[in-house]
Amino acid sequence: MHLAGRVVGVVTITLDNVALRQSRALVAERVTAEFGPGLTAIAGPNGAGKTTLLRAIVGLHPVSAGRITGNEHPDRLGFLPQSAETDRRFPISCRDFIALGAWGETGAQTAVSGAVAARVQAAVVRMQIEALADRPILRLSSGQFQRLMFARLIVQDTPVLLLDEPFTAVDVATETLLIDQLLAWRDEGRVVIAVLHDHDLIRAFFPNTLLLHRDGMRFGPSASVLAAAHRFARHAA
Amino acid sequence: MLYDLLIDPFTQGFMRRALAGCLALSIAAPPLGVFLTIRRMSLTADVLQHGILPGIALGAIAGGLSIWWMGAGGLIAGLLVALLAAAISRATDGREDAGFAGVYLLALAAGVALATHQRGIDLTHLLFGSVLAVDDPALVLMAGVASITLFGLALIWRGLVLESLDPLFLRARGQGRLGMLFHAGFMLLVVLCVVGGFAALGTLMSVGLMMLPAIAARHWSVRLSGQIAASVVVALASSTLGLLLSYHVNLPAGPAILLVAGGIWLASVAAGPEESLRARVAIGAQD
Repeated sequence: MHLAGRVVGVVTITLDNVALRQSRALVAERVTAEFGPGLTAIAGPNGAGKTTLLRAIVGLHPVSAGRITGNEHPDRLGFLPQSAETDRRFPISCRDFIALGAWGETGAQTAVSGAVAARVQAAVVRMQIEALADRPILRLSSGQFQRLMFARLIVQDTPVLLLDEPFTAVDVATETLLIDQLLAWRDEGRVVIAVLHDHDLIRAFFPNTLLLHRDGMRFGPSASVLAAAHRFARHAA
Repeated sequence: MLYDLLIDPFTQGFMRRALAGCLALSIAAPPLGVFLTIRRMSLTADVLQHGILPGIALGAIAGGLSIWWMGAGGLIAGLLVALLAAAISRATDGREDAGFAGVYLLALAAGVALATHQRGIDLTHLLFGSVLAVDDPALVLMAGVASITLFGLALIWRGLVLESLDPLFLRARGQGRLGMLFHAGFMLLVVLCVVGGFAALGTLMSVGLMMLPAIAARHWSVRLSGQIAASVVVALASSTLGLLLSYHVNLPAGPAILLVAGGIWLASVAAGPEESLRARVAIGAQD
């Protein structure tokens, strides 16, 4: 299923009255939203359930009430967790790490084919990490590591991408490169959902936003949703 | 002179059998040790080697001093202890060391108590190994375990790498069960290798051939393939030199082999190319 460079079949992830609990405590409720092709942001203060919601869409967290649809094939969801989840001391080269993104085709036994190796190389070039490709992942900076994670997502080649704070702790050059990649995914017709804190970034690139907040959620065009976020913040202050 | 030192001992049949068995395990066990150290599961290996002891003793009580009864008892006990260790690890959220210490001390005490009551078991041989114990069935066990381990490891290799590196990846793809299968298969191979080594190396030393070469190998390469190759070379050398040491100065085989492996480990910490004292000094000089 090589999708790069052309529009994929329309996929939409919908949330219908979703409630999420974290060890019994309610972290979000009555969340209704629709994520179609293109870029959608998830915003909100810490503890509002953004990460939990992303994990629920991927199937790593149970849904307490309501319904999520469009996520029935987990192998079509590319997930970028917050960086702490990966063992960055594991002795593996960047290239081999990226090639694991082709797990859906290779599985545990099949050798990495020439076509997969070519896709890995294309992702390496796209993320501008040619000089690092055959080095171990051990000594990468956080920016380089995030490029590596993006390269693996490129190789995974999924119609839906769920990114948890993708630009945290990366330098400006990396952020620019990663945003370019998000725009490329958008142009290819993929569904891209990103948890983000930077409202200026959201306004610049994300037409729609889901705002999670204990005083209620908002979903719609980013400008008006973010204005509501500022009202919430002033209320609290 | 050199001939007497290095070759002559192996003209004896029992030394050749011990060497063949230990070399087989030296190829199979250290790669598992490399994965154990990378996954910070060295303590689990400790728990397992003590855990199999009561099983071996019970096997001897049930079926006599046959390697197959003792091996089967050790295998069952090892698998139960592996499950118990996993449960403790989960229940304590990774702070498992106290629970592990409880399990292995209890297992050691129970194993020694059971073994002393069984006529015909030489406790020193059971705990520390004996080259004389490597009869034909023991050799078949060691070679069989080594073959199964190499084949099994090849089968789960990529999955094990992925599970160790990024456990969320398979779960997020809805393949969490497959990930657990890789982990379970890996633990099965570890238990097999520990049991496989007990006749020659002794239950207390068996894990040594898995772990010492693996931790020495960390100082030789930053790549998985490099660490695995280095660990196997260290284990092969330790087995050969250790058996010679055991022969010439009349030591049990287990401690002799581990002394050599431990010596290589210390030398690697001091002077290996990666993360060694020498490498640190070199980096310090650059600054």
